[in-house]
Amino acid sequence: MSRLSPYLLSCAFLTAAILLSIAIGSVFIPPTDMGRILTGWFFAASLPESLQTFAFIIVSIRLPRTVLVLLTGAALGGSGAAYQGLFRNPLADPYLIGVASGAGLGVAAALSIQWPYTFWGLLAVPLAGFLAAMLTILLVYSLARLGKTIPTTNLILAGVAFSAFATSLTSLLMLRSTGELRRAFGFLLGGYTQAGWNPVLTILPFLAIGLGFLVLNGHTLNLLQFGDEQAQQLGLPVTRAKTIILVAASLATAAAVSFSGVIGFIGLIVPHVMRLWFGADYRRLLPLSIIGGAGALLLADVIARSVLSPQELPVGIVTALGGAPFFLWVLRKAKNQGYW
Amino acid sequence: MLKIEGLTVSYGARRVLGDVSLEVNSGEVTALIGPNGAGKSTLVRAVSGVIPLKRGIIRTNGIDLTALPPMPRARHLAVVPQAVSLPPAFTVWETVRMGRTPYLNFLGQTSAKDEEIVRLALQKVDVLDLAGRRVGELSGGEGQRVLLARALAQSTPILLLDEPTSNLDMHYQVNFMELVQGLAHNDKLAVLIALHDLNLAARYADRIALLVDGKIKASGTPLQVLTPELISEAYHLHVKVIPHPFADVPLVLPGND
Repeated sequence: MSRLSPYLLSCAFLTAAILLSIAIGSVFIPPTDMGRILTGWFFAASLPESLQTFAFIIVSIRLPRTVLVLLTGAALGGSGAAYQGLFRNPLADPYLIGVASGAGLGVAAALSIQWPYTFWGLLAVPLAGFLAAMLTILLVYSLARLGKTIPTTNLILAGVAFSAFATSLTSLLMLRSTGELRRAFGFLLGGYTQAGWNPVLTILPFLAIGLGFLVLNGHTLNLLQFGDEQAQQLGLPVTRAKTIILVAASLATAAAVSFSGVIGFIGLIVPHVMRLWFGADYRRLLPLSIIGGAGALLLADVIARSVLSPQELPVGIVTALGGAPFFLWVLRKAKNQGYW
Repeated sequence: MLKIEGLTVSYGARRVLGDVSLEVNSGEVTALIGPNGAGKSTLVRAVSGVIPLKRGIIRTNGIDLTALPPMPRARHLAVVPQAVSLPPAFTVWETVRMGRTPYLNFLGQTSAKDEEIVRLALQKVDVLDLAGRRVGELSGGEGQRVLLARALAQSTPILLLDEPTSNLDMHYQVNFMELVQGLAHNDKLAVLIALHDLNLAARYADRIALLVDGKIKASGTPLQVLTPELISEAYHLHVKVIPHPFADVPLVLPGND
């Protein structure tokens, strides 16, 4: 596995997933047509009449959806790897310290208001989710802080406590609402409700900043694996480093969750698979988890769209049903079992 | 050379180290001994900067280490902690390479010179043939030596060791202490090593400091510090001190007189 360049393999996987995502839907678009349309779109050339319908489907529906899913998967994979490194815990995923439950609460609260069908109106619910998620991180971080240090155990405990609180509050809101229940529930299962390029453009800056910082902190995460004391003795300003990683990962997760809902397993499993196949060096693990997460979620989304076509399954169900068995299979086949 | 002046550390209201002053010379092994809870580990950790000091200054060649941020501080002193729960997935080479951190950029990119220093450190500690193995597969003694190599890769003039021999068998204990002694005597490092085994200290240390209840009770050569009176009082145990049968050092034996 480690003889072929890991980046080559992952990018090949991602490319295949992207092409599948564009080709598959209620209308299957053959690869040759797809190739011509994409090159035409990219170079702003005009297309023959026969391809116009396909072109519309791709450019206005499939491409933005593909990019949104890609970005979400990238965010989940990257922040999952970062959280696992930060907390030195194989069970860590992007929702460990409450981002998902905070976002869920924000979304459930926002869904009780009828927003106008305008640019800002459409953004209201995801924005509420995003803001609630960031507030959650701020709260959990402040609760966990002990003088000048942020013990990871405190972070986890504060996150778990807040998650329980937020989840029950969300359930209460959902019970008391009438009709919006199903939409809120849909958010919690993970799925895509908004089409077009707006979601992509909205989350792109947050993802770029969040994932960018994470990728630059691979060496830092390696050092943190030795524990806070040893990391500091080796020269790392530990509190500052942990804060940066925490904020960056949470930013990416919050942005992803605001439009995609709570999609599980990607953030947990993709980093583990990458670690088993390509080693535990976070300088490599982070970018690989980002690429792998993007590809994995794209595949899951394709399945979610086609299995019960034209109805769409919530993506979160596909990732759970597919992800768990796949991971168990990988675990059994891996040579270096036991080194998570 | 390392100068510790008036070091005081408290955990809340509890005074753990009180006005500790100690000098560790280059080219010498200074052993820190004392009963459990005396504060040996705390002293090592406080000097390395991971515990806040209530009072005190730590100097090396005139530079005040307490005022330095972690990165420059790590170029002056390196710590060898106990080899418990090391990240198992890194290879030995990757682990030792972490020791170069104070000289690398934040991306952790190493140059050919860094890799050579890593290789030399691995060779010095005799773990070069383990370089590709994952740390999780190593024995306790091998793991401890890897941590020593990591500290050596840090290229510091001062070396702090926190009870590194506690979990090692006889063979590895002697092996390790001879390495450490060689580093002090041949490479002129200033070595401060917290030890619980008094006879290891007697054999391999040039100077010994006895720490009891957070205070230095005595400091000097092994002969001066390892006396029946001082040790019996410090450890609340009757001991007998006899000349070592084949080494020119004292031998401490717990006895019932």
